[in-house]
Amino acid sequence: MGQIEAVGAGKRVALFATCVNEAMFPGTPKAVVQVLERLGCTVEFPSEQTCCGQVFSNSGYYDETLPLIHNYLRAFEGYDYIVTPSGSCTGSVRDQHPMLARRTGDADLVARVDAIVARTYDLPEFLVDVLGVTDVGAYFPHRVTYHPTCHSLRITKVGDKPYRLLEAVRGIEIVDLEDADRCCGFGGTFSMKNPDVSVAMAADKARHVGDTEAEFLVAGDNSCLLNIGGVLARQNSGTKPIHLAEILASVEPTLTGAQR
Amino acid sequence: MTDTQTTPDASPTGPRPLKLVTQNNHGRARLTPAPPEGELIDSPPFPEAARRELGLPVQRTNLRHAMTAIRTKRADVVAELDNWEDLRAAGAAIKDDVVRHLDRYLVQLEESLTRAGTVVHWARDAAEANRIVVDLVKERLVDEPYQEVVKVKSMATQEIELNEALEDAGVAAWETDLAELIAQLGHDRPSHILVPAIHRNRGEVREIFTTEMGNYGKPAPADLDSQPVNLANASREHLREKFMRAHVAISGANFAVADSGTLCVVESEGNGRMCLTLADTLISVVGIEKVVPTFADLEVFLQLLPRSSTAERMNPYTSLWTGPTDGDGPQDMHVVLVDNGRTNVLADPVGRDALRCIRCSACLNVCPVYEKVGGHAYGSVYPGPIGAVLTPQLRGTASSVDRSLPFASSLCGACNEVCPVKIPLAELLVHMRHKVVESKKADPLVSAKGLGLHAEPALMKSASWLFSDGRRWSAALGAEATVGGKVLGRVTDHFGPLPWPLSKWTNARDVPMVPDETFRHWFEHRGDRPDAKGREHLASEEGDAR
Repeated sequence: MGQIEAVGAGKRVALFATCVNEAMFPGTPKAVVQVLERLGCTVEFPSEQTCCGQVFSNSGYYDETLPLIHNYLRAFEGYDYIVTPSGSCTGSVRDQHPMLARRTGDADLVARVDAIVARTYDLPEFLVDVLGVTDVGAYFPHRVTYHPTCHSLRITKVGDKPYRLLEAVRGIEIVDLEDADRCCGFGGTFSMKNPDVSVAMAADKARHVGDTEAEFLVAGDNSCLLNIGGVLARQNSGTKPIHLAEILASVEPTLTGAQR
Repeated sequence: MTDTQTTPDASPTGPRPLKLVTQNNHGRARLTPAPPEGELIDSPPFPEAARRELGLPVQRTNLRHAMTAIRTKRADVVAELDNWEDLRAAGAAIKDDVVRHLDRYLVQLEESLTRAGTVVHWARDAAEANRIVVDLVKERLVDEPYQEVVKVKSMATQEIELNEALEDAGVAAWETDLAELIAQLGHDRPSHILVPAIHRNRGEVREIFTTEMGNYGKPAPADLDSQPVNLANASREHLREKFMRAHVAISGANFAVADSGTLCVVESEGNGRMCLTLADTLISVVGIEKVVPTFADLEVFLQLLPRSSTAERMNPYTSLWTGPTDGDGPQDMHVVLVDNGRTNVLADPVGRDALRCIRCSACLNVCPVYEKVGGHAYGSVYPGPIGAVLTPQLRGTASSVDRSLPFASSLCGACNEVCPVKIPLAELLVHMRHKVVESKKADPLVSAKGLGLHAEPALMKSASWLFSDGRRWSAALGAEATVGGKVLGRVTDHFGPLPWPLSKWTNARDVPMVPDETFRHWFEHRGDRPDAKGREHLASEEGDAR
């Protein structure tokens, strides 16, 4: 691992792990902690946090989303930077919390939500826009392909930031994914309500992933990876899903490290 | 029909008897090919219909090829304009103004149309619109040997099912758009707003023409192959006969200009121009949201529409008419302005954005769900994302198909990016889901026959309770390790097929093992861990087991 400047020194960051990651993919928030601390940030984990609420709001359960919006405020209101490894959850906070707050007609709630939205970042946004880095000192000598995920692209609008972070990883080989911006078919409850269409879409995505002959499929959202990865695993594909944060957390082995 | 062959058929020497195929609702022989049985509104819910459509491999291939081609072409021609975003904003603003002041613009439109010599009729719903058209048609065909009309492709007339109303009244309505003709002759329903036969390939079209054309007029050539030019020629010959003897033509309108009383039809084949100019009587059925304030506003829409729909820079046949012209074209012109649920849409301040729609189909063409299942899964003449938000507003959410439509999307948002009038389709889908959920909550019996997940409202309520307090969620996760992770994690790292309802997920996908340590526990105790500061790369162990 080369010398990495502590560009995050003095920055106190609240990690929003997300419920999906807490329940199924703890390696991803761990990786976020590792990357941010490596860059000098002080990372805190407000234990009041739960879920952004998109499974409720996107399914039309507005009343059921409101307590979660209040809980998000309780957990994170004291922080200048709230960072999450999910383009979709960032999008939910940014897009749906203000919409639902406005529906209540509560001006105070709207102001609080708007203020916290402005301090909520998807991991690539925080690294590139706030810390101003693309090289985070990562090492990952593998062939990968990148799926940009719909909500990262179209709601959170992270643009090419994840790609620029990947390009700066030492040893990595990035292969283009055909129809990369097409949906994988997850869509939250869509995958349960319309399982046949969802699987047909996931199969297309898995086929394009297979065509890349990549060792890893990278994305900024574990829900999409759960969907595509589920099909890849069923097909005994050689391509494994991995969250962007886990690649960024990976560093070149040192002598002591290699022996662990 | 886009090329320039102009030799008409010799004028008919006498009426060619229309062949008896099946019976209509009155037990009389049908005049036109019978569409599939049943009403669209009685279609199965989307998930069920989608499963049916997914089982049609030829259709899936046809759709994939066609959608990929049209999507790519659209992206290319849109990229040519550096003011595309300005045009979209202008289109949205004009339509918002129309919707906001619809009452005023409609009165102005009626005055302008009347001044230009067009007779204006108002229809509250489909039945009223059909009655008006049928009466006008019957009156004009009273002494004619051919009880028939020719039609320009029109979504409004499909929506009100005018063809069947005319059929019931003993009048044959002939579709003259090539793809509409394919759907009609194929005893089929259109599956796309713009390209109604997109689910068919050339071989299927040849088959339909060869089998059916002779039953309803001039037969297809015996040696017809599936070359596009020959298929187009067969349809030209078949339709020419009908164009030349038509007394009444029926159209829709893409735009109705309030200040000038001008109607505008945008089409690609010239069949529309034939209908609009050759008949004695022209009846245009127009949804009330089709009004634009001024003639100059067409400048915006005639740039937005072709690039968004057919991916063309300019539309091939753009017909504009402002009442009858002495000695040229139809002398008897009528407009039927149809509500049919549009004022219900207007009453919803969020949902009314759907009234901006100019029926370009760009949202269908980019929709990954539409591409998989095609238009027939939506139980409506309006499929795809716009159909999923418009149909349940026009028809309400009483039927199971209408309640399922807002959920027929993964909310990927691709439609939002291409809509030429910036309809926030993903947001409207969520809004309509909310309306469906509210109606389910209000009537538990509705939910019981609803979307399959009968217990959903109760489940969502419990989950909301769990997630509204970090302590509850933390307890649910487990103090150190999840129970599943502790026990099952020793045996396997993946789940295969699981019982219902999880089978909906696991029939085609594996699920990773739940973790054996909670993130919260790791975070609190990470100070004494070797992996606290960074994960050193070891080739065999990246990522969690998924």
